[in-house]
Amino acid sequence: MSRLDVVGQPLPRVDAAAKVTGVAVYADDIVLPRMLHCRILRSPHPHARILSVDAGAARRVPGVRAVLTGQDVPIRYGIMPVAQDERALEFEKVRYVGDPVAAVAAVDEETAAAALDAIRVEYEVLDPVMSIEEALREPADEPIHERAYTRRAFNVHRQLAYDFGDLEAGFARADHVREDVFFYQGSTHLPMEQHSAVATYVDGRLTLWSSTQVVHYVHRALARVLELPMHRIRVIGAAHGGGFGGKTDPFAHEIVVSRLAMVTGRPVKCTLTREEVFYAHRGRHPVLMWIRTGVTRDGRITAVHYRSALDGGAYGSYGPASVFYTGTQQTTTYAIPAYRFESVRVFTNKAPCGPKRGHGTPQGRFGIELQLDKIAEDLGMDPAELKRRNFVQPFTRAVNWLRITSCGLEECTRKVLDASGYARRERRPGRGMGFAISSYMSGAGTAIYWNDMAHSEVQLKVDRTGVTAYCGAMEIGQGSDSVLAFVVAEELGLRPSDVRLVTADTDTTPVDLGSYSSRVTFMAGNAALQAARRMRDLLVEAVAERMGVHGDLSEIEVRDGRIGDFSFEEACVIGTTRFGALSTSGSYRPPRIGGPFKGSGVGPSPAYSYSACVVDVDADARTGLVDVRKVWIAHDVGRAINPLLVAGQVEGSVYMALGEALMEEQAYRKGRHKWPSMLEYKSPTFVDTPAIETFIVETVDPEGPYGAKEAGQGPLLPVPPALVSAVHDALGVWVDEVPVTPEKVLRALEARSRGEAPRHGPRAFPAFDFGERIRVEPPDPRDMRVGSELEEAFRGA
Amino acid sequence: MLGGSPMLHELDRPIQREVLILSVNGEEHQVLAPVHETLLEVLRERLGLTGTKHGCELGECGTCTVLVDGRPQLSCLLLPVQLAGREITTVEGLGSTADLHPLQQAFAELGAAQCGYCTPGILLAARALLDERPRPSHDEIREALAGNLCRCTGYTKIVEAVELAAERGRP
Repeated sequence: MSRLDVVGQPLPRVDAAAKVTGVAVYADDIVLPRMLHCRILRSPHPHARILSVDAGAARRVPGVRAVLTGQDVPIRYGIMPVAQDERALEFEKVRYVGDPVAAVAAVDEETAAAALDAIRVEYEVLDPVMSIEEALREPADEPIHERAYTRRAFNVHRQLAYDFGDLEAGFARADHVREDVFFYQGSTHLPMEQHSAVATYVDGRLTLWSSTQVVHYVHRALARVLELPMHRIRVIGAAHGGGFGGKTDPFAHEIVVSRLAMVTGRPVKCTLTREEVFYAHRGRHPVLMWIRTGVTRDGRITAVHYRSALDGGAYGSYGPASVFYTGTQQTTTYAIPAYRFESVRVFTNKAPCGPKRGHGTPQGRFGIELQLDKIAEDLGMDPAELKRRNFVQPFTRAVNWLRITSCGLEECTRKVLDASGYARRERRPGRGMGFAISSYMSGAGTAIYWNDMAHSEVQLKVDRTGVTAYCGAMEIGQGSDSVLAFVVAEELGLRPSDVRLVTADTDTTPVDLGSYSSRVTFMAGNAALQAARRMRDLLVEAVAERMGVHGDLSEIEVRDGRIGDFSFEEACVIGTTRFGALSTSGSYRPPRIGGPFKGSGVGPSPAYSYSACVVDVDADARTGLVDVRKVWIAHDVGRAINPLLVAGQVEGSVYMALGEALMEEQAYRKGRHKWPSMLEYKSPTFVDTPAIETFIVETVDPEGPYGAKEAGQGPLLPVPPALVSAVHDALGVWVDEVPVTPEKVLRALEARSRGEAPRHGPRAFPAFDFGERIRVEPPDPRDMRVGSELEEAFRGA
Repeated sequence: MLGGSPMLHELDRPIQREVLILSVNGEEHQVLAPVHETLLEVLRERLGLTGTKHGCELGECGTCTVLVDGRPQLSCLLLPVQLAGREITTVEGLGSTADLHPLQQAFAELGAAQCGYCTPGILLAARALLDERPRPSHDEIREALAGNLCRCTGYTKIVEAVELAAERGRP
């Protein structure tokens, strides 16, 4: 590859000035003339039938302009085509405390809030289902959703069972087999910005500004529920105050303000309160896991049988994907010759769970890493050494058909073990280190709704005034806009600030599926690269003609703001003179990667990132307090398009992981959220967050833009198991669930002093019939075929 | 707001309004506002100073931090009627896109703002710290900013940026 001028440089993000001066306009900062304010009435019951809703008195409150109830927006929606189970306002039953029931638009927020108090809702309260175990039993009153929708027993939402390879043969080869049960508690994203949306309806066209991560999916949901054609709806991503997966579903308030704008003819805004943000949730699924693993005497894995049960909360959300993710990604870090994966997701009367940073994978990662630590202890081996012996190799195919391309696991491991001095660590009670690894997808291989279109599209325009890039990708703080500018600037020989950007506006930008599944750098980056190279060719052609160069155009340099003999500005004029206004487009669609079986579309990614981490702790046997001294983390990002932004993603991931590992908990008591406030929902502050030393590893992936892979989610995964492992190293006891609170540490120590197993954690996995397993023949590990080649092979077979 | 909440809103009671004279970023403003409106609401909704953000409106997250006579205060817990004659500084008064304050410059250079939502509050808390202690230690920075939550950065680059701004000295 030729010299890179922008890629790899620690340049400031393109929106840095707007962000540090407070100029950036977030959704709640938008004020429009005659704007009304909306508040939403939510269920106070975890589970109840709605008998009646009387909004008459609310409509008469002075200053109220409109009141909506469920019949005004009756069409169900949901992020996944197979889980269209939510209503913007429910009129039949409520399924969690916080489920929306009615909405008011008034001249100010205070009037709207007061009008909510005037709405009379009559409920018939039903027995709530508040745990995985309860959900798998016959309910006292009735299932949370209709049987016609779930088509499964009790409160089971989805279930799946797979056999990849010959499990029995694998266990037969094992010298040592171990079973463990783990629990990973749910947590929420806690974005600093509360969700907010503003809608207008003018000339039969609806415009919505929202703090969403997915303008395209919100666009689709609005069209469905409001029964408007998509060309009459415009969704614009406002400056975004943090998502982490929590703003990746279409939300009730987005639909409600849209309908209210249509009804009143005035702009309408709704900003959730902090309490409501806890109910909007879509956070980490609480997951119970049972894992059985066989190894040879020298620590090589022969078979893994993995079961998970996900507490999904009240609605589907991303659940049909989450139920896969808890298990599918185990095979991309360790070479597992035979793998049985069984999983079930249940409905409970809690705020709906969905994708939080790492979506479904930190739970499985937690279980598998800790079990390997325990196996190492059983065998008297160093856990890092045991794990290393089982690392996947680059350019291989896993037992469940996931294709691994570039893989920096070994280098990541070396970096953190060396830097932390893990092998030479001080061995004394109360001090310990833990090591864990992980991988994560660089974008899902399939779209959320089935289609053959590109996952990301970028258009470039050059006219006599310069270049503009258009892309539906949504900047949520991760640097999506910056990546687009860096790629275009690199290819056209410009500085990032020379590139104008129009992003996340469904009227003007081509579709990008959104900021989820760590897909933006890989997919929008590749689309931008293609569009920019096409534009570069056109400009070079026009400039060559002007310079009288024929044949080989490679002598025309594109660099430092110049194309050949001309400045970029002059080249734009020359290009426009030659061709008229120029436009090019680029797009990216991942190839088919998954194997020949039902469900193979969830899990494949065009490339996986890899991380390794060491956590160093002081753990106090008297108080149970765990103090993290330092975290070393190495992340294989393929190539750092901007090392500053990559490091920021890695550090943020480590921090968020420490929150989950030590304190954060979306917990319930008597059917209600235990602590829906930022004071009581504990999250790490400046003083709780330890030093984080980050190493960026570059393996230059063959399919990533400039070789880049994801950075925003993967580095979260190894931290919780490494922390638990460090506590074990310090105190000799296992805490087999997060968060690792002082109480749990003390319980584990007490268990040991009573002569019981030195651990605290779940004791058993509930009995459940996962049904008939789908048997899948494993691929040849060297079979790298993808796309049409692979599809032809399946047709031939 | 949940249905059946005991904290009913009182609409029939007359709202008491007062003319407030507020000095914000060196400019004097006259505002007619209900006496119960918080400084956060008055800044954002009546003065159009939307650089000040809100995360909880209960004094828990530090997002709405502004300076009152140079000291960091949570604007969601202050009533403007308390602030006659006091000088209020918001992020708009710290610097501008044309002339960044050294803290803003350092935050931009080091990637200390990701989503940027907590940034205004943290910048002001950091400014108050540097005014008092021009060369704070690493731990003094962490302590001074401990009331401000950030979910994006893991705080690392924020501390580095404050250190860089301190190193470069005050303007």
